[in-house]
Amino acid sequence: MRYEAPSSLERAVDLLATATGDARVLAGGTDLLVQMRTDILNPELVVDIKHIAELREIKEEAGGFRVGAAVTGAELKEHPKLKAVWPGVVEAANLIGSTQVQGRATMGGNLCNGSPAADSVPALIAAGAKASVVGPNGRRELAVEDVMLAPRQLALSKGEIVASFLLPAQAKRTADAYLRFIPRTEMDIAVVGCGVCLNVDDRGNIGRARVSLGAVAARPLLVAEAAEALIGSKLDAAALSKLDAAAGAACKPIDDKRGTKEYRIKVAGVLARRAAEIAYQRARTA
Amino acid sequence: MQEKVKDGQSSPFQVVGTRPVRPDGADKVTGRAKFGADLALPGQLVGKVLRSPHPHARIRSIDASAALALPGVKAVVTRDDFLEQSSEFIPAGEMMINYRDVVRNVMAREKVLYEGHAVAAVAATSAVIAKEALRLIKVDYEVLPHVIDVVEAMRPDAPVLHEDMRTAGLEPAPTTASNVAKQLEIGHGDIAAGFKEADVVIERAFTTKPVHQGYIEPHACVASVSEDGQADVWVSTQGHWVVRAHCARLLGWDIGKVRVTAAEIGGGFGGKTVVYLEPIALALSKKARRPVKMVMTREEVFKASGPTSGAHVRVKIGAKQDGRIVAAEAELKYQAGAFAGSPVQPGAMCAYAPYDIANVKVVGYDVVTNRPKVAAYRAPGGPISEFAVESVIDEIAGKIGIDPIELRLKNAAKQGTKAAYGPKFGPIGMVETLEAAKSHAHWRSPLGKHQGRGVASGFWFNIGGETSVSLGLNEDGTLSLTAGTPDIGGLRASLCMMAAEELGVPLDKIRVQIGDTGQLGYNFLTGGSRSTFSSGMATVEAARDVMKEACRRAAKLWELPDDAVEYSNGGVRPAGPNAGKHAPMSLKEIAGIAGKTGGPIVGYARINAAGAAPSLATHIADVEVDPETGKVSVIRYTAIQDAGRAIHPSYVEGQYQGGVAQGIGWALNEEYIYGDDGKLQNPGFLDYRVPVASDLPMIDTVIVEVPNPRHPYGVRGVGETPIVPPMAAIANAVANATGVRFTDLPMSPPRVLKALDEARAKGTAKV
Amino acid sequence: MAKHHITATVNGDPVEFLCEPQETLLDALRDQLNLTGTKEGCSTGDCGACSVTVNDRLVCSCLMLAVEADGKSINTIEGMAQGDELHPLQQKFLEHAALQCGICTPGFLVAAKALLDRKPDPSEIEVRYWLAGNLCRCTGYDKIVRAVLDAAQQMRGA
Repeated sequence: MRYEAPSSLERAVDLLATATGDARVLAGGTDLLVQMRTDILNPELVVDIKHIAELREIKEEAGGFRVGAAVTGAELKEHPKLKAVWPGVVEAANLIGSTQVQGRATMGGNLCNGSPAADSVPALIAAGAKASVVGPNGRRELAVEDVMLAPRQLALSKGEIVASFLLPAQAKRTADAYLRFIPRTEMDIAVVGCGVCLNVDDRGNIGRARVSLGAVAARPLLVAEAAEALIGSKLDAAALSKLDAAAGAACKPIDDKRGTKEYRIKVAGVLARRAAEIAYQRARTA
Repeated sequence: MQEKVKDGQSSPFQVVGTRPVRPDGADKVTGRAKFGADLALPGQLVGKVLRSPHPHARIRSIDASAALALPGVKAVVTRDDFLEQSSEFIPAGEMMINYRDVVRNVMAREKVLYEGHAVAAVAATSAVIAKEALRLIKVDYEVLPHVIDVVEAMRPDAPVLHEDMRTAGLEPAPTTASNVAKQLEIGHGDIAAGFKEADVVIERAFTTKPVHQGYIEPHACVASVSEDGQADVWVSTQGHWVVRAHCARLLGWDIGKVRVTAAEIGGGFGGKTVVYLEPIALALSKKARRPVKMVMTREEVFKASGPTSGAHVRVKIGAKQDGRIVAAEAELKYQAGAFAGSPVQPGAMCAYAPYDIANVKVVGYDVVTNRPKVAAYRAPGGPISEFAVESVIDEIAGKIGIDPIELRLKNAAKQGTKAAYGPKFGPIGMVETLEAAKSHAHWRSPLGKHQGRGVASGFWFNIGGETSVSLGLNEDGTLSLTAGTPDIGGLRASLCMMAAEELGVPLDKIRVQIGDTGQLGYNFLTGGSRSTFSSGMATVEAARDVMKEACRRAAKLWELPDDAVEYSNGGVRPAGPNAGKHAPMSLKEIAGIAGKTGGPIVGYARINAAGAAPSLATHIADVEVDPETGKVSVIRYTAIQDAGRAIHPSYVEGQYQGGVAQGIGWALNEEYIYGDDGKLQNPGFLDYRVPVASDLPMIDTVIVEVPNPRHPYGVRGVGETPIVPPMAAIANAVANATGVRFTDLPMSPPRVLKALDEARAKGTAKV
Repeated sequence: MAKHHITATVNGDPVEFLCEPQETLLDALRDQLNLTGTKEGCSTGDCGACSVTVNDRLVCSCLMLAVEADGKSINTIEGMAQGDELHPLQQKFLEHAALQCGICTPGFLVAAKALLDRKPDPSEIEVRYWLAGNLCRCTGYDKIVRAVLDAAQQMRGA
C-alpha cells in the first residue's frame, strides 16, 4: 500500500485518476481503516486529503456555508455559527460514532463510504445541500441526493473527489432537524434516519419542506410525498398522519441484523413526525 | 449506592469493611500494568490461526507446504501436532470438560463444527507474513449441512455433529446418534400431586439467545519453549494452573516442564477459564524455537471463544390462592455449541433454589449445535433458567393479586430448607434481601407515563476448591503475600486486607502478587466466585501460620514454652501462667531475629476450601418504554445482595453493578445473530450491542450481610449472582409498563414493537 | 514499499519511528514506542480502549494511520501523571474503585481528561454521552461516572 498526502486538490485528483490498482480517499478514516483492518478493502493507494486547505474549511458563501468534505464532526460542532443555522445537519454529523470518532469522521467520508445508513446524508439532503465534486475534467455540483446510487456505489467517476458541501442560504423562518433510531443511545448504525427541513410563514403555515430518509432503501431517499404532506399545514394531526404514511410508503427496506422491514417502515413514520415537530418548532422561533 | 444493611459501625474489624485504594491501582491508572498482549520477548514471532469459513464440514486434507515455503514463516501446526485424547468428563469448577473435545476445539481434527473453528496456525516474523501464510494453506472441505437452533438440533432428522454421540442419562442407552449429549433430571416430591393441589397454574415457554462475556481484552498469550523442552507461557487467564494442565495434556508434555504466568487480565467473566491460543502458541514455539505471541482479533473472540448458551425453556408453576407455591416444573434445552457441556446442570439446580417448594421437577437437555463451544459466563446456566422462573413467579403474583415481594417472602428458602438439588441450606440471605427490597425507597417511589417496575430474585451456589497461598515475613518486618488465583476485579485488595486484619499490621506493609505456577502449589482458577472466599481463607490460614511461628520464635528467644507466647496487636508478648517478664516484640523485631531462631519465616496454606455458601439477591428495575418504537430504557435500578461479609465494600458494589449491566445487555440488546448460512453476522462491538455509559442509570446497591459461618470473615462469593435477576426484573418491569409479557430475549426494539402492536390489536396492551 | 519516517511529539517528548503505510497509530505506539498503556480492544473504533489525543483532539488510535501522526503532538495515558503526582482523574478512579480489571481504564482516563479540558463542569448526562465510546464490561459505569464528576469538582476547586 502507498500513502500520499497531497496539499492540493489537483495533485489528489491526479493521484486517484492515474492509480492502477484500488485507490481510496482517506478523510477521517473511520470507515476506511475498519474496512482495511477487516480485509474488506486492500487498497494499493490511499490519498489523505486532510492536507488540502479547501477541504478543511468552513466558509460563509452566498448567504450559506461551504463546508469542506474533510471537516470533522467535532469541528462542525465547534463552529460559532453553523449549528445555529443548520442544527439538523450538525446534529446528524455529530451522531456518527463516539466522541473519538467525532474527532476524525467527516461528512465527505460519511457520504462517500456509500452506506444507506449514513447519518449526515439525509440531513444534508433535507437541507438541499450541494456537493462540489472535483475531478480530472474540472468541478461540478451535484445535489447530495444524487451522489449515492446504491450501497458502495457513487455517481463519481475515477479520480473524482467530493471537495465540499454548500449549505444554501436560508429563507426566513426555516429550520432543519435530524433524528435517527438506534437500539442503544450511542454507537450504533442508524436503523432508520430522517432529516426534515421546512419553512413557515408568520402564521405558522408550512411553505416549503424537504424530507429525507436513511437506512430504509438502497440509498438515502428524498421523499417528495412526505414533504407534500406537510406543505400548507400547521403541522396538525392530519398532516402528521399523512407524513407518517408517506414516509412509510417510501421505504423499500431490507431485513437485517439491525431491524426488520416491517419495523423500519413503522419507525420511519414515527421519526418523520418527531423530526418534523422539532424542525417546525425551530422554524417558528427562528 | 454505598448503602449497607448492617453497617460497619459496630464492626469488630480494623481493616475488613473499609475502602482502601487497591494495591494494583497505580499501575492500572498509569498504563503500567501488563496485560496479555503487553509483553514482548526478544525474537518473538507472530502467531495467527486459520479458521473455518464453514459452520460444518469434514476436513479431507490440509496442505500447508506453500505456507511453510513463504520466507519469514517459521512454523505451521495443524491437528497432527496435538495428542489424541480419550473421551472422559472431568469436573472443572462449575463446568465439566472432556479432553477429547478440548483438543478438537483447540484445533479441528475430523471436522470443523462452527464458523471460526481453528484449522491450522502459523508463526512468522511479522503479522503481514503470517496472514499471507494463512492464505496459502489449502484446506479441502466436504461441506456438511449445519444446525444452529437448539430445538432444530434436537429433531431426529437434524444434521448430526458427532456420529458417536449417544444421549447420556437415558435408560436404556440409545443406539443411534443424536445432538442431545445428555438428559438430566433433578427434583423432589410428587409433581403431579403438587399441581393437583394448586389453585393457580401458569405455564410459559421462553427463549434466550447466546450472549458473550464481552471482556474488553481479547485472548492473548506469549509462549516460549527452549531447546531442552522447558516451556513458559505468559497469558491472560482466569487460571494459570488450569492452562498448564490443559497445555501439558494436549501436547503430551510433563506438567513440571511448563510454567505459566498470569498476566493482568482484562476481564474474563468465565470466558477465560478454557484454553484456545495457549497450546497452539506452545506448539508453534517448540517447532520454531522462538517465542510466539498470539492475540485474537475481536472478530475471533466472538466467533471462536465461548459465549454462553442460548436456550429454550418451559416453566410451569402452581400456587395456592394464599401464594404458597406447591409445584414447580421446568424443561431446559441448552445449547452447548459444538461440543457437549452446556451449563444446563447448574441451570437446573439453580432454577428453583431461592424457594422452599415441596414438589419440584426440572429436566435438562445438553444439546450440540454448529456454534462455538460455550464457555462459563458469570453464574453459568443460572440466568437462563431463573429468568424464566422469576417471570412466571411475577405472573403468579399478578394473577393471585399479591405483591411480588410478598409472594417471594412466602416461599423463600431459609436456613434448613432442603433444596430441590439436594442439600440443606445453612444460613442464607433470601429473606433478608427481600425485606431490604421491600423497605427500600425505590420500591415505593412513583412511576411516570410509560414506566413500569419489576422485581426478581436470584441464586448462585459459589464454590471453593484447591488453593495455595504463601506469606513471607521479610527481614524488615514487611510481608510478601503470594496468591495463585488471578485478580480480575480487586482480589489483591481484599487478600491484603484480610492479611492485615489478621496480623494487625498496616495495609501498606504487605505487598501482594499473583504467583506463577512455579511459585505455589496448585490453584484452581478464578471462577465460581471463589477467589475472595478460597484465597481469602488460605490467606488467613497463612497469616495465622506466620503468627504462630512468630510466637514460636519469641518463645525460643525467651526460653519459654510455645504456649506462653501470644500474638497480639501486630506483635508477640508473653502470656499465660508460664510467661516470664519480657517486653513485647513487634513483628519487625521478630523478623530481625528470624535468622538466628530457625531461619526464614514463611506462612503457607494449601487447602481445598470447603464451606462455600450461596449468595442470594433481589433486584428492582424501573423501565420506560417508547410505545412507538418499542425501545426499552432502564431508568432506575437497585441491586440488593447478600455478601456474607464485604471485605472491600466498593468492589462488592462493583460486582453488583457490573453484573447488572451485563444482565441489562442480555435483557435488551445482546445476541448472537446467525444467517441462514450458519455464519455469525455480528462479530464485533458495533452490532453485538453491549450497554454503553449513556444507556445506563446509576446502579444503586445494598449490601446485605448474612455471614457465611464457614469462612473466617463470613465471606460468600458475590461475583456471579448479580447477573441472575436482571433479565426477569426488566421483563417484569416491561410487563408492568405495557401489559405485555415478554418471554423471548433480547427485548430488542423490533421485537417489543411487534408484540405491542399485536397486543394493541387484541386490546390487551396498556400503552 | 519503503517505510515512512515519522517525527512526532509523544507526551511532550520528541520521537521518531519508522512505520509501514498501513500501520495504525495504535500499533506504532505499542510496538514501535513500547507505550503499551494504550490498549487494543477491537481495532474498529467501537471500544475506546485505544483512546489518545492528537493535537488535543480525542481519537481512537486504531482508526488513524501512524503516518498521519507526522508532525503531530500525541498524548497517551503514560503522560497523564506528573512525576509522583497522579492526575486528579487517576486519583479519583482509585478512590471510587472505578476500575475492576483495568483494561479499559487508560482509554477512559484519556477520554475523561479530554472532556474536562473542554468542559470543567459537565453534567452526569454529558459525562455518560462523552464516554459512550469507551466500553467497560466490569463496572456498569456507575463508579466511573462518579469518579469523573468528583474529579471535575476537585479540579474546579483547585
